[in-house]
Amino acid sequence: MLDDFNDWLSATPASLLIQKVFWIIPIVQIVHILAISVVFASMAMFDLRLLGVAGTRHSIASLFRRFMPWLWGALVVLAVSGSILIVGEPKRALGNPAFLAKMCMLATAIAVTLSIRAVLKRDLADGGTDLAPAHFTAARILGLMSLVLWVGIVVAGRLIAYAG
Amino acid sequence: MFSHFLQWLEATPPAVAISESSWLFPGIESVHVLAITLVVGSISMVDLRLLGVSLRERPAGELIAEVLPWTWLSFAAAVCSGALLFSSSATKYWGTVPFRAKMVLLVLAGINMAVFHATTYRSVAIWGTRTETPRAAKISGGVSLALWIGVVAFGRWIGFV
Repeated sequence: MLDDFNDWLSATPASLLIQKVFWIIPIVQIVHILAISVVFASMAMFDLRLLGVAGTRHSIASLFRRFMPWLWGALVVLAVSGSILIVGEPKRALGNPAFLAKMCMLATAIAVTLSIRAVLKRDLADGGTDLAPAHFTAARILGLMSLVLWVGIVVAGRLIAYAG
Repeated sequence: MFSHFLQWLEATPPAVAISESSWLFPGIESVHVLAITLVVGSISMVDLRLLGVSLRERPAGELIAEVLPWTWLSFAAAVCSGALLFSSSATKYWGTVPFRAKMVLLVLAGINMAVFHATTYRSVAIWGTRTETPRAAKISGGVSLALWIGVVAFGRWIGFV
C-alpha cells in the first residue's frame, strides 16, 4: 500500500517538476539545514538553561519568550522544505526507518516543549516571575529529554540518506 | 608534494578505517552536521544582534561573551569531525569545487571576525547597549551571516559531487 502511494506521489506534476529541475532538491536541502541550525541552536541554549549548565543569569521565562518564536517559525520552514523533499523523492523517506524514527522523536520533542510551556505558564499565572522552584527537577528532566531528542532528530535526519 | 600529503593522509589508519567501515562515515558525518548547526545557529544569534534585527535589548558585548565560547566549542568539533571525513577521501575532496569554495568562505569568515574584533568590537562598551548598531557592526554581521550560509550550502554540495 505504501508502494502504491509512493508510485502515485512520484507521478504527480509537483513531484515530476522537483525530479526534473536538478537544483530544487539541493537548494531545499540547504534551506532545511539552515532551519535545523536555528531550531537546534535555540533549543540547545534553552535546554542547557533548564539543566542549569548555561545562561543561568537569565530567567527561564525570558529565554522561553526569546527562543520559542524562532522554534515555531523554523519548524514551519522545516515542515514546508521537508514536505518538498518527500514529494520529490517519496521512496527515499516514507517507509525509511531513519525517517520514521525522526518523526517519532520530533513528535515527542514537541510534546516535551509543550509540557514545559504548560508548567511555565501555570507558574506565571500563579503570580510567579519565573518557573517555580518546585518544578526545577521536572524542568531538568524535560530539558535533558529535549536535548537528547533534538540530537536524535538531527542524526536520524542525516541517516535517511543511508538507511533507505 | 601536496598530492603526496593527501595520499599519505588517505593511507593513515583512521582514514582507512573510515573509508572501509559502513557506519563510521555516517556516524562522524552526523557529529559534523550537529556541530555545524550549533556553529551556524549560535553565530547567527550574534550576527542578527549586530545587524540590529533581534535581541536588541541585550548589550551586544554581553551577548557575544556569552555565546561565542559555545560557537568555538562547536567549531572545534566541526573541524575535528570534518578533518576525519576529509581524510577518508582526501584526494577526491581536494579536487572538487564545493570543497575549495567552502574552505575559502571559512577563511573569509575568519578574517571578517578578526577584523571585527580588532576594530568595531573594541568600542562595544560604548555602542553595545544601544539598539541601533554602528554601520561597521552591521557590515560585519551581514558578511558573517552570508559567509556561513555559503559554508552550509557548499558543504551540502560536497555530498552531491
